[in-house]
Amino acid sequence: MSAPTAPQIGPDSNGFFGRFGGRFVAETLMPLILELQAEYEKAKNDPAFHAELKALQQDYVGRATPLYFAERLTEALGGAKIYLKREDLNHTGAHKINNCLGQILLAKRMGKKRIIAETGAGMHGVATATVAARFGMECVVYMGSTDIERQQPNVHRMKLLGAKVIPVTSGTGTLKDAMNDALRDWVTNVESTFYIIGTVAGPHPYPAMVRDFQSIIGDEVRVQMQQKEGRLPDSLVACIGGGSNAMGLFHPFIKDTSVRLIGVEAAGEGIETGKHAASLKGGEPGVLHGNRTFLLQSEDGQITDAHSISAGLDYPGIGPEHAWLHEVGRGEYVSATDDEALAAFQTLCRLEGIIPALESAHAIAHAIKLAPTLPADHLMVINLSGRGDKDMATVTAHLADQLAD
Amino acid sequence: MTEQNRNQTRIERRFADLRAANRAGLVTFISAGDPDYDASLNTLFALAESGADIIELGMPFTDPMADGSSIQKASLRALNAGQNMQKTLAMVRALRERDSDTPVVLMGYYNPIYRMGVERFLKEAAEAGVDGLIVVDLPPEHDDELCLPAREYNIHFIRLATPTTDAQRLPLVLENTSGFLYYVSSTGVTGAQAPTPEKVEAEVNAIRAHTDIPIGVGFGIRTPEQAARIARFADAVVVGSAFTDCIEQAATPAEGTAAVAELTRALAEAVRNAR
Repeated sequence: MSAPTAPQIGPDSNGFFGRFGGRFVAETLMPLILELQAEYEKAKNDPAFHAELKALQQDYVGRATPLYFAERLTEALGGAKIYLKREDLNHTGAHKINNCLGQILLAKRMGKKRIIAETGAGMHGVATATVAARFGMECVVYMGSTDIERQQPNVHRMKLLGAKVIPVTSGTGTLKDAMNDALRDWVTNVESTFYIIGTVAGPHPYPAMVRDFQSIIGDEVRVQMQQKEGRLPDSLVACIGGGSNAMGLFHPFIKDTSVRLIGVEAAGEGIETGKHAASLKGGEPGVLHGNRTFLLQSEDGQITDAHSISAGLDYPGIGPEHAWLHEVGRGEYVSATDDEALAAFQTLCRLEGIIPALESAHAIAHAIKLAPTLPADHLMVINLSGRGDKDMATVTAHLADQLAD
Repeated sequence: MTEQNRNQTRIERRFADLRAANRAGLVTFISAGDPDYDASLNTLFALAESGADIIELGMPFTDPMADGSSIQKASLRALNAGQNMQKTLAMVRALRERDSDTPVVLMGYYNPIYRMGVERFLKEAAEAGVDGLIVVDLPPEHDDELCLPAREYNIHFIRLATPTTDAQRLPLVLENTSGFLYYVSSTGVTGAQAPTPEKVEAEVNAIRAHTDIPIGVGFGIRTPEQAARIARFADAVVVGSAFTDCIEQAATPAEGTAAVAELTRALAEAVRNAR
């Protein structure tokens, strides 16, 4: 079997990765996203922008995050040598801050004073509220009413950080509806407002821009693995909702075709039940939130509800670059159920003394299946995208159910 | 009918007639299937009979990002009652059996069209008697998706221009627009507050310097008084959320249809007497 060839890295000038991506937005927003794109291009070539970002990444976020050899997990699974990329150790507890810092520096350059964001699990909302506080900007976070109920600690954190949290009751009251309302806010307040999108989705340039800000994850892994093992990793495993932590880990390795890129979607109660959030495995191509990608939708093109135990994966779409990596065969996309994620969550707690986010637990769940089938010299990196403190209520409720059984 | 008239589309004929009568047109919006198919079909007939010059029929979508709460709720009422693209096209066919003159413009978002397949959608829409499309999330940058293919079926692609569309961008917005240009008079979502008529008039005049295409003005126009003020300078006045509010607030679907008809008559009268 021949190795896949390295694909050309997108996007093209219209924001397409293959047939995915684009700028499918209302006319009101077009001048704004063109301005954002132009400003981002300038910032990318400005050493002062990179210097400011780097200083904040080190001293404010605490980067570089460790690449940690998970010795007991490796022993227990009896196969691949497993490393964890510790994005959970970032300030605010997840990878989300990497992107928020980059975007708020752009907002500052563009003279914007008001920041809006959507959030699912609340991690992106917390990271956005954090950087808005740090830079003295007004912050409004849209969050589905369903998610507000299951992620109370993050709602309190955002409020403490000075953000206004607006409950979204339209639609199903989850992440997609929060994104709709954030877009509505943006078209209403175009002049004053910068929209910090939290994942590698939305209209161009967001998927590429968020990817670039998250690519520090993969860039560090490359250096750290070289220091520890003297070579490239063999596989990278990350969970996928919109897909920003996965893209940040994968992107610096796309051209290294020896490195397997494995994205783990949320299978919820099982893809066959229809109650899942696996856009690639259970969706069809469509257009939503400014980009063409795989979407959970009906035969009539209506968007259907995603389901996952983890609010952060509960989104009916996926970033367009993932859709493209899937289509050209460079990425491998699999899924893990709610139950598998819960089991993996407990495994990591007990074997490594690390409480992972339920989102990240999906990546661990797949590694638990895959690692035993691989040789001991296979180097696997799992992106531990966030910490699990926020999930205590959800996890204890589910484990109580199990005990009652 | 002259040779030229025969070659015109329904929308072009309608604007030629309006110009000859020296008045603006009334463009009305309802969401297809709101609150259910039968009631919505009655409302559609009532619009045509009560003075609507052009009818915009919303193709319901679960995630209408550019719409305010009134039209969002209308979309969901329709979807919950089982509306889909086939039923929306069936409504147009039913209207065409009794009215071959009133232009019908389908308005909505791209995904339901994309999922159906662009060619199949255009073919069935043309056969049903659809005259134009407004697809909110297809800017000129994506004209090859639907705007250019629609030409092959003599279906107008009606573009939105907004206060953020600056002089540099306007030519691009106008380039493949046909039928009329829909000037969205405020940034924000449908149903938002209307800006002052003076400001809108100045903005419309600025666009007229670039094009001869008729200009319809919408967003935030709810009352006959507001419509009359806009009708003094615009080629058409678009009213939407005020109609979906009628349907939402009605005690029964039949009362909703009656309220829509009554508002249509009042708006039509105001628009006809504005100049």
